[in-house]
Amino acid sequence: MPKPILTIKNLTKKYGENVIFQHLDLDVNEGDTIVIIGPSGTGKSTLLRCVNLLTRPNEGQIWLDDEEITAKGADEDQVRQHVGMVFQNFLLFNHLTALGNVKLGLTKVKHMSDAQATEKAMHELTRVGLADRANHYPGQLSGGQQQRVGIARALAMDPRVMLFDEPTSALDPELIGEVLEVMRQLALDGMTMLVVTHEMGFAREVADRIIFMEKGYIVEEGSPDEMFNHPKFPRTREFLWKITELYGKKEKDAE
Amino acid sequence: MLTWLSYFERFGKNFLRGTAVTLELTAVGLAIGFVLGLLLALARCYGPKWLRNLAGAYIAIFRGTPLLVQLFIIYYGLPEIGITFTQTTSAYLALGLNSAAYQAEYLRGSINAIGEAQMQAGRAVGLSKWKTIGYVILPQALRLALPSWSNEPVSLLKTTAIVFLIAVQDLMAEGKRAATATFDFVGTYLAIAVVYLVMVFVLDALLKFLERKTRIPGMDIETRR
Repeated sequence: MPKPILTIKNLTKKYGENVIFQHLDLDVNEGDTIVIIGPSGTGKSTLLRCVNLLTRPNEGQIWLDDEEITAKGADEDQVRQHVGMVFQNFLLFNHLTALGNVKLGLTKVKHMSDAQATEKAMHELTRVGLADRANHYPGQLSGGQQQRVGIARALAMDPRVMLFDEPTSALDPELIGEVLEVMRQLALDGMTMLVVTHEMGFAREVADRIIFMEKGYIVEEGSPDEMFNHPKFPRTREFLWKITELYGKKEKDAE
Repeated sequence: MLTWLSYFERFGKNFLRGTAVTLELTAVGLAIGFVLGLLLALARCYGPKWLRNLAGAYIAIFRGTPLLVQLFIIYYGLPEIGITFTQTTSAYLALGLNSAAYQAEYLRGSINAIGEAQMQAGRAVGLSKWKTIGYVILPQALRLALPSWSNEPVSLLKTTAIVFLIAVQDLMAEGKRAATATFDFVGTYLAIAVVYLVMVFVLDALLKFLERKTRIPGMDIETRR
């Protein structure tokens, strides 16, 4: 029985009267890739933002390893070092080179020496295939390259969990592949990942578990095979059919 | 009428001295204004509510009243309650405190334009709020503010001319003295005007150079988010 690295219990988030999600439970085991799908406005992104405390849940608890990160007095900055976040619109630091982006957390949060930080940052840039772009500024990089720098920046902190909030939604179609490839490799390397995406090809191939969320609830969850081939709820089938149609990824059938 | 040469012989030194004083006033006023303006802008953007309001009130008051009134209050008014400053110090203070209000507004605008998104990106890496402000927000906000902020040094340089009213010996005061001594008002004030103009040209060139120097490669600074 593998031990969960991330445990979410009875999580509720609302803005005023507006309930984003309610009584949400989720366990994530070490090395798992969980893909969260569902229509927009169902709280997928908010859920991710709760996990790295960019947003505070109203109720419920989140444990990272054995530490309750939602506890009063938990050190947010400490927690965020262990939870990497990749944003839909990259959010690179525009005044820094690719290398500078990856190094900033290493020197200013982890207090590494400049040489150590450079070595570590170059290692991560190499991992996402951008060692040769280290001295380029975000404005000089393509969207796909920027997002890979974003991934390297998060990875450099050696996080326990990586969160991806629609990492390819802002990309031109021909640039999506390079980002998904990096994520696929990460999953193979055993990184624990929570991915919100509409890329069904990625979900089928890489996910250990797919979670279908709608209107603030987890409607259904299961392996890619269960979800794509034998969904229990008609709503799941309908959504998957629509999104697969929309993104034109019918060629790869899960076994 | 004096020839240009003898005129220059007689007053050149004074003008030079006055020019130095004017530049000093500009530099000190700008520096005080920048430090205080930055603090005010940060207070308005990130401070608790009471501090935000306090900074807002400061800006409203110093932008809403004439600089000359502020200068006279500091130089003539404060001694009545036992606080006395020299002429030069009064001038520094008035220019600096006033400029701070304007600089705060330039900076606040660009801090807001850099926005919450960059703050989240910084926090997500594990940087604290103030480290994110220092390493992520300000380096971008200051660059973004530069083109419009460049008005401030130029405007301040010319505004310093009012300090001759409390007998600070700046370029304006030297000009007035020369004009009264020679009765050549047109010539003298034209000469002074040219000196101001040259200073502004040089300052402008410096600011343009700074803008070029700090430009982020690959970024069109006007359209940057």
